[in-house]
Amino acid sequence: MALDSSKTTGFKYVGTRPNRPDGLDKVTGRAKFGADATAPGMLFAAIKRSPHAHAKIVKIDASKALAMEGVKAVVTRADFAEGLTGEDWNILENVMAGDTALYDGHAVAAVAATSALIAKDAIKAIEVEYQILPHVTDVDKAIEPDAPVIRAGAADASVPEGLHPNVVRYYESGHGDVEAGFAEADLVIEEHFTTEATHQGYIEPHACLGTLGGDGKGELWCCTQGHWNVQKVCAALLGLETSQLRVTASEIGGGFGGKTTVFIEPVALALSRKANRPVKLVMTRSEVFRASGPTSSTSMNVKIGMKKDGTITAAQGIFRLQGGAFPGAPCDMTAMCAFAPYNLKNVHQVGYDVITNRPKQAAYRAPGSPMAAFAVESVMDELCNQLGLDPIEVRLKNASHEGTTANFGITWPRIGLVETLEAAKAHPHYAAPLKPGQGRGISCGFWFNHGGETSVSLAMSEDGSAQIMVGTPDIGGSRASMALMAAEVLGIPYENIRCTIADTSSLGYNEISHGSRVTYASGLATIKAAEAAVEELCRRAAAKWDIPAEAVYWEDGYAKPSGPNAGDHEPLHITELTADMGATGGPINGHFEATPEGAGVSFATHIVDAEVDPETGATKVVRYTVVQDAGKAIHPTYVEGQFQGGAAQGIGWALNEEYIYGEDGRLQNAGFLDYRIPVASDLPFIDTVIVEVPNPGHPFGVRGVGETSICPPLAAIANAVSNAVGVRMRQLPMRPARVLEALESKNG
Amino acid sequence: MVEVRLWSGLRPLVEGRDSVAVEGRTVGQILTALRRDYPALGPTLDAGVSVAVDGKMIASSLTEPVGEDSEVVLMARLKGG
Amino acid sequence: MSKTHVTTKVNGDEVEFLCDPRETLLDVLRDRLGLTGAKEGCGTGDCGACSVTVDGRLVCSCLMLGVEAEGKEIGTVEGIAQGETLHPLQKKFIEYAALQCGICTPGILIAAKSLLEKNPAPTETEVRYWLAGNLCRCTGYDKIIRAVMDTAAEMREAS
Repeated sequence: MALDSSKTTGFKYVGTRPNRPDGLDKVTGRAKFGADATAPGMLFAAIKRSPHAHAKIVKIDASKALAMEGVKAVVTRADFAEGLTGEDWNILENVMAGDTALYDGHAVAAVAATSALIAKDAIKAIEVEYQILPHVTDVDKAIEPDAPVIRAGAADASVPEGLHPNVVRYYESGHGDVEAGFAEADLVIEEHFTTEATHQGYIEPHACLGTLGGDGKGELWCCTQGHWNVQKVCAALLGLETSQLRVTASEIGGGFGGKTTVFIEPVALALSRKANRPVKLVMTRSEVFRASGPTSSTSMNVKIGMKKDGTITAAQGIFRLQGGAFPGAPCDMTAMCAFAPYNLKNVHQVGYDVITNRPKQAAYRAPGSPMAAFAVESVMDELCNQLGLDPIEVRLKNASHEGTTANFGITWPRIGLVETLEAAKAHPHYAAPLKPGQGRGISCGFWFNHGGETSVSLAMSEDGSAQIMVGTPDIGGSRASMALMAAEVLGIPYENIRCTIADTSSLGYNEISHGSRVTYASGLATIKAAEAAVEELCRRAAAKWDIPAEAVYWEDGYAKPSGPNAGDHEPLHITELTADMGATGGPINGHFEATPEGAGVSFATHIVDAEVDPETGATKVVRYTVVQDAGKAIHPTYVEGQFQGGAAQGIGWALNEEYIYGEDGRLQNAGFLDYRIPVASDLPFIDTVIVEVPNPGHPFGVRGVGETSICPPLAAIANAVSNAVGVRMRQLPMRPARVLEALESKNG
Repeated sequence: MVEVRLWSGLRPLVEGRDSVAVEGRTVGQILTALRRDYPALGPTLDAGVSVAVDGKMIASSLTEPVGEDSEVVLMARLKGG
Repeated sequence: MSKTHVTTKVNGDEVEFLCDPRETLLDVLRDRLGLTGAKEGCGTGDCGACSVTVDGRLVCSCLMLGVEAEGKEIGTVEGIAQGETLHPLQKKFIEYAALQCGICTPGILIAAKSLLEKNPAPTETEVRYWLAGNLCRCTGYDKIIRAVMDTAAEMREAS
């Protein structure tokens, strides 16, 4: 009898708000993050980086560095594997430049020494001769006919003929006839929008400690969202057998997508192999900004036609994404997310992946979706304003729901957009009066969510407690969610479960903690692993009672005979079954391995009130409400936390944050002083409403929640500011000078 | 035969059609058949695609079953942050 | 470069170390004394993850040199709890889920403790401005502010 604990109501543990299991470690300073590890004989490493946006590397002379007291090894590109292809090659090119430095901050050499100070001095002593090449850092300029070609032949087969070679991927989809649709409209609005590159801004810089011997066996400790991926990529870049490199994920000090790839880990391992000693490598904040993944900057055109009653007749979007010097900007995701909230007869979306002399973009929380929503939802707001319609009513009228065709062709399964809009409409925030100088903005947002390869192992202890091993780093309280789901199935208290993040040698492959997949996929695997253990517990009870296993069921931590025919037996508590498990058949464990494909998509609706100071142009967000479908909130407090965190990052993106490049192609604001993320005094409390439209693809109905929360904010805040100042804001960030310009254009 | 809908960027590769019919009872069989019957789609399939079957978006699994009447939509490879 | 001998007190314990004059107090705490609770988020005094107290005053330990610790009393996150008894702020941070990844938490706890010692009844605005030097990228500060306010209220009641 296969146990199935699927349910969406009647939970005992799921939906409660217990303390997180790793709370004590994290409030006492004992939790070990990436930079907190040491090893006997450890060396310290530093990386030499290109000061030029685009330059041929003519010669690297490390002789003076190598002659310094305490310097043990120098590596360059020659110390890594040759003959790589595809994404492995791209990652290696980014980790250590080949014959060309492609952006300001691109690694060209690295050194390991007996102290961090010596390592820093030694990289200054490495002499690099460059031949400077023409550069381009702006997405629109990069596709002008005379723009320098950054990497000839980088474009893939998707790119139509006739486009600039810096367009390296192309995506186009849609259905219907948009021209006919626009002709039916009472009002058509087309606008051009831009957003700047922003950084994920995790407070913990990339850090690792690597040990690699000449025998090809290695150990790596690092902060990452996915250590199996680190294992795979490092093995490829260093020419190792994957299984010979054991990777342990440290506690992770934020990632938001930026720690889904590798930057420094292969460098530490290459230095370790050369010096034959453990090597620690930690990025400075400036290196994090210059050389780890920012998000794409964008240039977008969106055109929407609407009837007087609010019906959308057609929608079209062109999304140009700048992704640094490598292919991979999420032009396809951007285009697909753009019109996902709407049920459209006629829709057409195009995405361009454009390379420039900037660092390789990395995923950032729902990659591409926030920018698309900014453009689309801004045009929606303008249409509502000009037609005198309520923005929530118009969105409800056009909302995607089960059975409608998505803008990218699928028929929607059960989704919760309408429920978020209804909850937003009913929220007191939506009816609250605004003060003079304030504006209100509404936006919807969408993200796909993801499943991915997942392995979980659960082991019962003799005292009836359980340990679970999961392979997805706990980036925001996921140990608590896993323990809650296991408690629910096993019927034992939450506190009796210990959840550990396993290293790559202790568990099968796990895809990265990305795509909002952890509570969905590791949660599903935890439930299934617990079910497997429960099945075995039932078998042990059946054997004690000498009845068939099918005649035993599990309830609230007890094995019970399933009916009068099963005989009259006192229920057996889990502790009675685990106490002698060694003698009744051996240890009781449960495993689950799969690539679950039922990740439910997630929609959100945000309401924002912003106040603009007409003297300075500064914007203050005065009230913020997030309404999002979580499917089922396993630990509601941490779900709220995801909602609030996404909103806060969106506020930064909308108002302050941007990569600023000079004419020389150098990043001008590589630090938290000049790249200003929101601080406590910038923000209000962020109200949350958890909508629960269960996902049929998860036993308890979970939908991923981590990413969708950053999709609506750019648009919602831009709409609020636009409504406050009476001018449509089409460029992010809405820094004070830009808002003042808008005010002056209106008045002047 | 299963009707597979393509995103419009792929249509020039299949003589302008917005869908093609191939044999297959799983996602994997369908992708294999697409590669065999429409070699021009090869580079796209190599770069990675996802497939939606009756509204369920399948990021990578090749074993998901597909029925004769299933709605099958080829999608750009799903990735997250 | 020759090293300097420094004697100081950390969390009430006398300690001695040798350090390069260029090393920061943060480097010394983490690399020489094994106290890795204080984190380096920026190295430029902008993020507050390295916050400690020096003779009771809140400082970014990345902006102070190790040699300047001579004769001082340093307080770090490792010294907030008394034995097995957590400080009320530590308890409330866990209870409110005022941390997600936890990297900023040591600095924020030190900063918040320093605030409550100066001002046992801060307003929301005062808490927000006091903590404006401590960056958190995960939480949007909502649960942090609530945890600090509630701790303050509870400590006032208890005293």
